[in-house]
Amino acid sequence: MHELSPMAFAISSSIKVFLVFSVSLAVVAFMTLTERKVAGFIQDRLGPNRVGPFGLLQPVADGIKNFLKEETMPATANRPFFIMAPMLAIIPAVVTFAVIPFAAPLPTPWGVVGMVVADIPIGILYVLALSSLGVYGLFLAGWASNNKYALLGGVRSSSQMVSYEVALGLSLIPVFMLAGNVTLTEIVWQQQLLGMWYLFPLSLAFIFFVISAFAETNRLPFDLPEAESELVTGYHTEYSAMKFSMFMIAEFSHILTASALMATLFLGGWSIPFWSGDHMFWYQGMLISGFGADGAPVAAAPALWITLLTLLSFIVKTLFFILVFMWVRWTLPRFRYDQVMHLGWKVMLPIALAYVMIIAATILVLDQVGIEGFLFGAVLTLVSLLCTGIFVFAVDRDRIISGSTREPAPPAPRSPVPSGAGVRRVLPAGSPASGDL
Amino acid sequence: MSSAYLPVLMLFGVSVLNAVGMVVASQVLNPRRATPEKDMPYESGMIPLGDTRARFSVKFYMVAISFIIFDLEAIFLIPWAVEMRALGWGGFVAVSIFMMVLVVGFVYEWKKGGLDWE
Repeated sequence: MHELSPMAFAISSSIKVFLVFSVSLAVVAFMTLTERKVAGFIQDRLGPNRVGPFGLLQPVADGIKNFLKEETMPATANRPFFIMAPMLAIIPAVVTFAVIPFAAPLPTPWGVVGMVVADIPIGILYVLALSSLGVYGLFLAGWASNNKYALLGGVRSSSQMVSYEVALGLSLIPVFMLAGNVTLTEIVWQQQLLGMWYLFPLSLAFIFFVISAFAETNRLPFDLPEAESELVTGYHTEYSAMKFSMFMIAEFSHILTASALMATLFLGGWSIPFWSGDHMFWYQGMLISGFGADGAPVAAAPALWITLLTLLSFIVKTLFFILVFMWVRWTLPRFRYDQVMHLGWKVMLPIALAYVMIIAATILVLDQVGIEGFLFGAVLTLVSLLCTGIFVFAVDRDRIISGSTREPAPPAPRSPVPSGAGVRRVLPAGSPASGDL
Repeated sequence: MSSAYLPVLMLFGVSVLNAVGMVVASQVLNPRRATPEKDMPYESGMIPLGDTRARFSVKFYMVAISFIIFDLEAIFLIPWAVEMRALGWGGFVAVSIFMMVLVVGFVYEWKKGGLDWE
């Protein structure tokens, strides 16, 4: 099994780019329908069911409508930035999927084709870099609209995305420790070799990743940038027709990428559980399945049916997380802004730092003792479960994140309380910007 | 190995074309019948009051500064994490010292109220 010639590489890459781009946009279109259907079922309605069978043509109708509708732009808006913002939001959202492997390598007469658009050495760092570029589109949209709601939404979204990016980055570090690499293809392979999805040995990292992913995609319970009850729709208040639609496409693409990443990093990606026939990895220009007892690489046997089966496995895992995103959206209420910030900075950041060090120490101790394979994973699972328990109880105690009532109700006040007595910290009169937001 | 980046560039080109195409197509296709009321910024049906470019809370600025420090910390941890098992306890101790320095700063910021939202 050899690698592709440069010509075959260029042709196969073009095909993959075209396929991944069109399929991901189609999936995004149908995610809008799925979301409305899920919302309907959760609220005991039918959801859209008029356009086509089961409403399946609804995304097409929406698309045509969005192209033909009148667009408005405030006369006071900053015109070039107003037009640029949706583009800046949509481009990084669509491009991020490039490094995620979606199936086992496919054998062809011209060589083995890796089922990933670009197997670049920086791997997931590329995802981190590009997904954080999305914040420019949102903030620029809010600022250029010259609308107070939009500006507040933009400021909130940039502040929130920036806060949770720290926790997102820290939740990935244990994964890098176990995999020893940042490319997603190798992370998948290392999970196959360990015989265990990283979901188990790194359970707390998984929880942090999911929470941060929800915050990064601005989804409920973190949808403060577009909180309807406070900010109309936040940063895209002034956007209509296709430009509004572009923000929606960007949001749903981020959800798609985040779901695929959760599946790849923590659920073994495209690999099929309890089966070693799909172990495949490029090692020094050779497709191997693993190392023999003598340390020599063992050649892998790729096949078309394995590729198709692993593709199915990847789709099932990704769809599961997409549905979780929608399920959560229609089930949980929204946080208050101070709760979001306290969860990000005062709870997740310190615990994630401590967790990184605990996992590092555990791995080093296990390496020194010489424990390998399944037992290695089992010990890590135990340690992680312990940390998860601590995390859950630290969050649940109402000490750092205040609940819906800020102060406990005073026990039957005898004298009328002067106004302002219940406020914890009274700002001096005339202090700047104290009540602006 | 640099040829591995070629597909990324292709995908980038396709998505830039797609984004520009969407904006241009909607600009060409949609009708535009502007009225002074329609061109007003939306403020729940009222005539907008005051300037939009007002001052906003300094807390957002604090978050941005803290982000730079701690995101850089995460970035610095990645090379160590990848080679963690090869570096062994020496690397672990070095990173612990590095983290200690940042934790002191973090505790200071917390106690000063830099992370509070009230």
